[in-house]
Amino acid sequence: MKPPVFDYIAATSTDMAVAALAAAGGEAKIIAGGQSLMPMLSFRLLRPSLLVDINRIPGLAYIEEADTCLRIGALTRHFQIETSPVIARHLPVLSAAMTHVAHLAIRNRGTIGGSLSHGDPAAELPMIAVLLDATLHIESVSGQRAVRAQDFFLDALTVDLDSAEVLAEIILPKLPPNTGWGFEEIARRHGDFAIAAVAATLTVSDGSIRQARIALTGVGPTPVRAAAAETLLIGHALENKLVESVARAVRAAIAPEDDLHASADYRRHLAGVLTDRALHAAWRRAQGEP
Amino acid sequence: MAPAKPHQSAAVAIPVPDKISVSLNVNGVDVQLDLAPWTTLLDALRDRLNLTGTKKGCDHGQCGACTVLVDGRRIVSCLTLAVMKDGSKVTTIEGLAKDGMLHPLQQAFIDHDAFQCGYCTPGQICSAAGLLAEGRAKTADEIRELMSGNICRCGAYPNIVAAIQQVMGHS
Ligand SMILES: Cc1cc2nc3c(=O)[nH]c(=O)nc-3n(C[C@H](O)[C@H](O)[C@H](O)COP(=O)(O)OP(=O)(O)OC[C@H]3O[C@@H](n4cnc5c(N)ncnc54)[C@H](O)[C@@H]3O)c2cc1C
Ligand code: FES
Ligand code: FES
Repeated sequence: MKPPVFDYIAATSTDMAVAALAAAGGEAKIIAGGQSLMPMLSFRLLRPSLLVDINRIPGLAYIEEADTCLRIGALTRHFQIETSPVIARHLPVLSAAMTHVAHLAIRNRGTIGGSLSHGDPAAELPMIAVLLDATLHIESVSGQRAVRAQDFFLDALTVDLDSAEVLAEIILPKLPPNTGWGFEEIARRHGDFAIAAVAATLTVSDGSIRQARIALTGVGPTPVRAAAAETLLIGHALENKLVESVARAVRAAIAPEDDLHASADYRRHLAGVLTDRALHAAWRRAQGEP
Repeated sequence: MAPAKPHQSAAVAIPVPDKISVSLNVNGVDVQLDLAPWTTLLDALRDRLNLTGTKKGCDHGQCGACTVLVDGRRIVSCLTLAVMKDGSKVTTIEGLAKDGMLHPLQQAFIDHDAFQCGYCTPGQICSAAGLLAEGRAKTADEIRELMSGNICRCGAYPNIVAAIQQVMGHS
């Protein structure tokens, strides 16, 4: 397997990267970790004339804590997020999700910016970005813009980025106090892409749920936030009857497809089962249990 | 048989980008290579440096046979362009033994019969060396989990885990 012919430059600043992308008039691709792009090139699914390497741009890989949010540089590697104490403290659901992203050698190279920009329909990071209501900062020669994760994922492998734009930073709001989380995934083999996965957070006070979030991956072309199902939880304590109706609402909110790995029916079934498990875990953790 | 066509006619010539000069330190030796930009680190090691210990299994990140250490971290060399690693320190299976002594992992793989055909073994050993350096895996379950990217068609997994545990016990 050989990638097609392309030229290569190593950008040393974001300005240099966006200028090179703009000059190539749609024919260039960014390479970050290369863990999704290299297979796409080798399978000849893409034939860019130029690769713009962003790995040598200083200051594009960082995890910074601010008052209400964490800021993550697009070039931050999966293993850095997985092992970050700041992320473990404020967004443990993200730490948990990272252990499901590929295998360690892949996580040593793959980046958060690459995963979000690639937009694989079964990837974990896009679902977590949607769950946590991330904001993505994007740069190009014509300036900067911000997009909500909710609006960023358009279709399978299709995101709201044009060929001259660079995703630079991901902003993740911190979770409110008394928030528990759950992350449940089924994959053929640990490290494979999800057949289906569910992530949930529940913010609880005085024994009832004040805020609920449920996101899914692997069950459609893009990650899904199950808004109608979330609403059912507000103002209640978690109990089995309620979880059943929430799981039903989640199953109704998705349109999975058959593929080599699983049938649509099995995926819909999993969505319900995993929602049940994730909600129970989130409820337990919201009460301070591990 | 049809007569051989001229190699490339001017009308269909595709502009071929220039080769790029890449400096690497491979197993302690500085090397400089002029490489086409699309050369993977795996192909540079095997085809240009004749270091054929690093194996090509799938060539798209699925099997781990091509695992090497770059600046101390394990990566799959098939998903990395050699030009991206200009200036880096690369360790392959050929670079693990020191002063005629096998690396403890190499010895442990022999002691535990942790291979059959041996095709996955260089990747397994380099991956295990990365795992030891990371220092996160403590239990057999954690070893299995963090070695998940290295597939063994012969199914030597229990012995691979035992070999790694032996080295952990001694280090
Ligand atoms: C065997 C294997 C198993 C895997 N399993 C999983 C899994 O279970 N879950 C999962 O989520 N992922 C999985 N992955 C994918 C992995 O997480 C990738 O690292 C990730 O999807 C892409 O990140 P990257 O940095 O390698 O991006 P690259 O491969 O470098 O780039 C991917 C795409 O994003 C674009 N891009 C990259 N960075 C930017 C940027 N800053 N701005 C704009 N565009 C950009 C590139 O042009 C390209 O189109 C797997 C990969 C392999 C090889
Ligand atoms: S050859 Fe690189 S992972 Fe299979
Ligand atoms: S020993 Fe044969 S593939 Fe592992």
